[in-house]
Amino acid sequence: MCKGMIGKKVGTTGLFTPNGEYVPVTVVQLGPCVVTQIKTVPAEGYNALQLGFGSKKEKRVNKPRAGHFRKAGDQMFEFLREFGVDNPDEYKIGQSITTDIFKVGELVDVTGTSKGRGFAGVIKRHGFHGGKKTHGSHSHRIPGSIGCSAWPAKVIKGKKLPGRFGNATKTIQNLEILDIRPEENLILLKGVVPGAKTGLLKIKKKKF
Amino acid sequence: MKKFLGDIMQTIQEIEKEQVRLDHPEFFPGDTVTVYVKIREGEKERIQAFQGVVISKKKGTTNASFTVRKVSYGVGVERIFPLNSPIIDRVEVNTQGRVRRSKIYYLRKLRGKAARIKEHRFR
Repeated sequence: MCKGMIGKKVGTTGLFTPNGEYVPVTVVQLGPCVVTQIKTVPAEGYNALQLGFGSKKEKRVNKPRAGHFRKAGDQMFEFLREFGVDNPDEYKIGQSITTDIFKVGELVDVTGTSKGRGFAGVIKRHGFHGGKKTHGSHSHRIPGSIGCSAWPAKVIKGKKLPGRFGNATKTIQNLEILDIRPEENLILLKGVVPGAKTGLLKIKKKKF
Repeated sequence: MKKFLGDIMQTIQEIEKEQVRLDHPEFFPGDTVTVYVKIREGEKERIQAFQGVVISKKKGTTNASFTVRKVSYGVGVERIFPLNSPIIDRVEVNTQGRVRRSKIYYLRKLRGKAARIKEHRFR
């Protein structure tokens, strides 16, 4: 069984459960993916499937990669990602993998790239509380003291300071699958996933 | 493969449309309605009625809601119902009121005779 698939974030909304509970929902377009390469223990040292997702014009793909894709069929892919597999003999190159590897109610881990915030201050980046806004205060959003004086005479490593925030690979674990729509290649996940709409996601069976 | 933002927006709208309940009668702020709410007590389920004036309606697809206000034993009680929630069994419109605002929050400050709403005969 393939342990994951490539998807795209479609957007977020909410749904009512039959009990009247309103739950946040992320809609993800899941596949269809195509097996472009099968990695096995004798050849590569581990078992995995390389999946292709999305479409690209052939003239936009470089020749080595186009040759690699042609082994799996005529389609050119936008993205390639690798997923673990228990038994690689079950799969053939060019085989299509769809939403039916997942079941409703199953828990999945979703990996994506979070939205980039640029150079962010400590309030946004680390959740500092900041200073007073009024009453003569001049320290509204500054980090405050960042260390001691003559000893240790330096700022300790790992101090939370302003800097680049976001645009990092993040994984959200244990999101429940609320619904699967195979004809539209959509799944509905309970909760939110990293990144913007149309962002690339890796959806894997839960690790823990 | 849906690739552009417009297509994916449409997908979200289609999923939200499935959630919209079409069995509610048409009602507006100012109307007096009775909302029959399903209440679960352990295993049993019973239906409770909440009668009052609709003082606001919030538009939307899945997150649309309306606020009903009643005065119970001299205490004003307001309850916000999600319009498409399955806990609402049904909504009955008792009278149609004539008001000039979409949010009739001024009703909160009024007591007794002043808090009445004229009936709307022809809508």
